Amino acid sequence: MTDGVLQSAPPLTSPQPRWQRLWAGLFGTPLNAAVTLCCLALLGWAVPPLLRWTLLDAVWVGPADRCADAAGACWAFIGEKLRYILFGFYDQDRQWRPAAAGAILLALAGLSGMPLFWRRATLWLWLFGLAAALLLLTGGPGGPAVPTERWSGLPVSLLLAVVGLVGAFPLAVLLALARRSSMGGVRTLAVLFIEVTRGVPLIAVLYVATLLLPLMLPAGAAIDKLLRAQIAIVLFVSAYLAEIVRAGLQSIPAGQYEAAQALGLGYWQSMRLVILPQALRTVISSIVTLAIGLFQDTTLIIVIGLFDLLNTARTAAKDPAWLGFYDEAFGFAALIYLTVCVIASRYSLWLERRLRR
Amino acid sequence: MSSPAPSGALRSGPVAAVTLWWGGRSGLQAAILALVLLGGFLLGSNTLANMERFGITPGFAFLGRPAGFEIGEALLDYRPQDSYALALLVGLLNTVKVAVTGCLIATVLGVLLGVARLSGNALLSGLVQGYVELVRSTPLLLQLFFWSATFQALPAPRQALNPLPGIFLCNRGIQLPAFADGRAGGWLLAAIALALALALAGTVLRRRFWLRDALSGVSVAAVACGLPAALLLASGVPLQVEVPELAGFNFSGGTTVSPEFSALLVGLVVNAAAMIAEIVRSGIQAVPAGQWEAARALGLPRRRIMRLVVLPQAMRVIVPLLTSSYLNLTKNSSLAVAIGFPDLVSVINTSANQTGQVLETMAIMMGAYLTVNLAVSAAMNLYNRRLAARGAR
Repeated sequence: MTDGVLQSAPPLTSPQPRWQRLWAGLFGTPLNAAVTLCCLALLGWAVPPLLRWTLLDAVWVGPADRCADAAGACWAFIGEKLRYILFGFYDQDRQWRPAAAGAILLALAGLSGMPLFWRRATLWLWLFGLAAALLLLTGGPGGPAVPTERWSGLPVSLLLAVVGLVGAFPLAVLLALARRSSMGGVRTLAVLFIEVTRGVPLIAVLYVATLLLPLMLPAGAAIDKLLRAQIAIVLFVSAYLAEIVRAGLQSIPAGQYEAAQALGLGYWQSMRLVILPQALRTVISSIVTLAIGLFQDTTLIIVIGLFDLLNTARTAAKDPAWLGFYDEAFGFAALIYLTVCVIASRYSLWLERRLRR
Repeated sequence: MSSPAPSGALRSGPVAAVTLWWGGRSGLQAAILALVLLGGFLLGSNTLANMERFGITPGFAFLGRPAGFEIGEALLDYRPQDSYALALLVGLLNTVKVAVTGCLIATVLGVLLGVARLSGNALLSGLVQGYVELVRSTPLLLQLFFWSATFQALPAPRQALNPLPGIFLCNRGIQLPAFADGRAGGWLLAAIALALALALAGTVLRRRFWLRDALSGVSVAAVACGLPAALLLASGVPLQVEVPELAGFNFSGGTTVSPEFSALLVGLVVNAAAMIAEIVRSGIQAVPAGQWEAARALGLPRRRIMRLVVLPQAMRVIVPLLTSSYLNLTKNSSLAVAIGFPDLVSVINTSANQTGQVLETMAIMMGAYLTVNLAVSAAMNLYNRRLAARGAR
């Protein structure tokens, strides 16, 4: 009896070497062996055709009719359409502008991830960086203006995501403070805004911004469509970010609030100098997760007829000369999203470990 | 500006409650509220003026007018000459249909994947991890486009794939076996609902001390299964199952799931199952190792440790997160508009463009999503409270 119990409960820390544990996991019991064989069968069924399609049978260069005969992917299509997928309808000979703007936005996001740049001067960097990126995209100085209808592709995805997060930040902090305030009226307003916004899908907010916002303006006034989408994204993200900031504020012990008061700091001073720096630090990885989701969610602007990376990739496969290479187009777009998001989530894990020290 | 709360605030009563809620700084609060109201009033009056300019009468009278557009698939009997109200209801029911089926399938798949992720088998857990990473690092819309393209690229009915007997995959959708009599499905659903209700009632009653001896688990199960089955047989509904068959260029018999619905459902389920797998994994890992060790010291075998010790504690972490992933799936179903499935947002968009009643249609859309969200949150909170209470006991 005792023997049976002991057998069913092997010691938790096994002294076996690593490969032995691995082997036990894979083939230790009949069930595990069966599971392993099933997984191998699944891989054997899925991987060779996928490899053949993506690499072995693929067409890397050449005209469209070469692809028609091939059994594999047509990467020549991506090569032909690369500039369109990345920059869309932006003037062919001036595409260095959106490229530079995209690079600036990526650099800003990347630099802000480094703890070295968590200081006040970075705010100025952001201000100048964003101004430069917008200036580059609008076409000035020293060139004809480029209307926002022609802004498209990857820079638009980056712009909507980066400005969405940065623009939402001040609003989110105010909302989070309002939601924790002792003032009932202000608190109720904040709760209403946050819960209503979080209760509806982003597509609904985008439709409201596209269809309803123009009606709400005085007769004759108009807002640019891309700007409307940007406003919708800022408002939408601010509700989610406010909840993250609120979680951070709640994690700060009451002693910190009391200590700030004892030093004679007023409400805004104690928030700015004592509470918020600590609160935001604890929720950075949640903010990174939100940013990853936001970058992916910018694809939804397709439904209101704007052209982000996914939409340019999709429409590239509608060109009569290269009709129907959807799998290649989606695969390429997926690769870009995958790269950005995997780097960001790895960064988030690294940061969590670093901050825990 | 700031007025300290009057000492009377400590007394109970409605006035005291309002004073406590209002807090202090009446001037500042009044100013902020006035600003928000003023903004709302300005935007509202602009909207009304603009609607008048375009010759649109504000109000919900348009709901009674004939909609005039087709809806590809509907749970109700809908024709273009029916009213906008019915069209919107059809859209809402389509959203509910995909959300409910999606949540059910994603839960089952997600729990299985979450457990697989924790298995000692490195190959299995590695595969699940790869799947989760791939799904979480690509936009849902891209995944939906992919599934949509995949379902459209299926062969024509004559060359339909036949993965399981009676199930066919072709570019017209998925053909499934179904009851020959249309009413049978409804009766079966009602019987299953009755069985679940009886089982739930029996379980709750058995918890009560004085009924524990009178009701054994077996008798509850027997009643919960037997009574609905007897009712189903007594109703006299024919329960023959009809298998789809190729007739000419299309299938006849059985039921068809449209390619749009299939693509949306598969995309949402694949996405949500990855999230739920992560939730289940983190929930189980959140149970301290000491709990495993203590249960082992009591001599419990692994399976019973999981069921009696770990899962009840993990559920307290899992349920709130599961709620938000159900809500996410429901909200994500609005992406249907991009792949041509007539969900609520798609019908609202068509109605708004046809009638110009933008304010009203947007209000209906927001209201519908908020109601669905509140209903799901309320139900899950009720369940969560029971879990939390059981833990505290």
